[in-house]
Amino acid sequence: MKDFVLLFRQPITPETAAPEMEALAWLKKWDDWFGGIAAQGRLVNMGIRLADQGHVLKAGGVITDGPFVEIRERLNGFIVIRANNEEEAITLAHGCPILDIRGTVEIRPMALNNIRTNPILNESRFTF
Amino acid sequence: MKAGSPFKMEQGKETLSQLFHLEFSKMVAVISKLFGLEHIEMAEDIVSETFLLALKTWEIKGMPANPAAWLYSVAKNKTVDHFRRAKIFDRKIVRELTIQQEKEARIEDFEFSHQNIRDSQLQMLFAVCNPAIASEAQIGLALQILCGFSIDEIAEAFLSNKETVTKRLFRAKSKLRSENVKMEFPPENEIDSRLDNVLHVIYLLFSEGYYSKTQNQILRKDLCLDALRLGIILTEYDKTNQPKTNALLALMCFHSSRFSARETAPDSVTLYENQNKDLWDQDLIRRGLNFLHLSAWGDQVSSYHLEARIACWHCMKEDSMEKWENILYLYNQLLLVNYSPSVALNRTFALYKANGRQAAIEEAEKLNLTNNHFYFLLLGELYQNTDNDKAISYLKKAFALTRTQTEKEIIQRKIDSLK
Repeated sequence: MKDFVLLFRQPITPETAAPEMEALAWLKKWDDWFGGIAAQGRLVNMGIRLADQGHVLKAGGVITDGPFVEIRERLNGFIVIRANNEEEAITLAHGCPILDIRGTVEIRPMALNNIRTNPILNESRFTF
Repeated sequence: MKAGSPFKMEQGKETLSQLFHLEFSKMVAVISKLFGLEHIEMAEDIVSETFLLALKTWEIKGMPANPAAWLYSVAKNKTVDHFRRAKIFDRKIVRELTIQQEKEARIEDFEFSHQNIRDSQLQMLFAVCNPAIASEAQIGLALQILCGFSIDEIAEAFLSNKETVTKRLFRAKSKLRSENVKMEFPPENEIDSRLDNVLHVIYLLFSEGYYSKTQNQILRKDLCLDALRLGIILTEYDKTNQPKTNALLALMCFHSSRFSARETAPDSVTLYENQNKDLWDQDLIRRGLNFLHLSAWGDQVSSYHLEARIACWHCMKEDSMEKWENILYLYNQLLLVNYSPSVALNRTFALYKANGRQAAIEEAEKLNLTNNHFYFLLLGELYQNTDNDKAISYLKKAFALTRTQTEKEIIQRKIDSLK
């Protein structure tokens, strides 16, 4: 097993910057998708979500409001998953809600496995 | 004893065995506190002798008006006697005369007061759940010392034999001595992490009772009630009365509320969807809601919070989209905190109810938990009515993996109904 980082990138164009559905439904989509990976015992770390706004510091002390990189996508957040190989990691990335708004998921193997992992110790046996 | 009366147990209308069961742990805790935990076996002997004398005396004279007070007074006399004899072998005390005098003054003063019992039981709880003790041994010790279970009962609860249980408990008690575990409240900066362990042991005691392998119904309910009782002790102290403590209590109340509906006949379990919802204990549900309310402060969301909220939704009779979407959300969150196959399966069932059959089938097949009979039960459920042949073949796999007779019968009935 190997750990992979899934980077979510969101296109910066006015018509796709915000998802074309209500905020709660959009959040539910993400929750369900994270839950699906976690249900397979493959979610190593919830990573972080990034706010839309921020600043960029450039050489020479130049500070700008962005764009964060000179491309038309911005980083939206990342998670860490565990998979047997790259192919399996790509399969897990399928269904990511970012794809619904024409964003991308970048799948990158981790060079160093030093991230805190989710504890797998719940003995919950309640079933309904 | 009724499942719905964990809080009424203190009122003194118990049968003799329930009285002993309850008072055992209180008296052992108080006496162990007095002598030191290294003399716990002596404390157990004193209490056992007290019970023997009670049986003999009460047989002739009848049970006194306040049996607990009678037990306390006899146990106190025996304790003072034991102390006088014990000090002969306790070199430290003999050598240091002043300390001896101090201790002797105290030994006469000790009382089985409500306050002293509570303090001692709380300290015993922290001592038993000391991280130096192996987790399996913690459960055994908790059952014996805190819940007053006999070796036979512990063996039955764990489907083990007496010899194994006796050996395990003996090792655990030696460990208490060798690690010099003291009966004391943990230091301020350790309370949080130590409390986590205590809550976990209570949670395991409750799970063992709720989903136990043993067929002894009374034993199982007692286990759940003891877990509730220990949790309540924790709420009586500011430092341990934390949101997560209340969340665990809420969780236990909600699950306990379905006891009578779940066990309508000996040796059988009525599944949630078939339960007579009028049998749900509304009083316990109300108490659960109250604990849930008390758990909702601070910024920590423990797995107990999430499980309590799931259990709370299951206490609502009406099936609604809102219910299942919330349950799905909570299971998603729970998986992020704590993965386990059963949480993954329950989450997929909630996904089926909230997002529909097709979505659930796709997610279920990814789980691939092929050694888990609940996995095949879930797939059977998902294919039911759309592809009954497939459903039956999954149910047959579940049948083959199931160990208990009760579950085999339930699955067989399901297979027959699909043919």
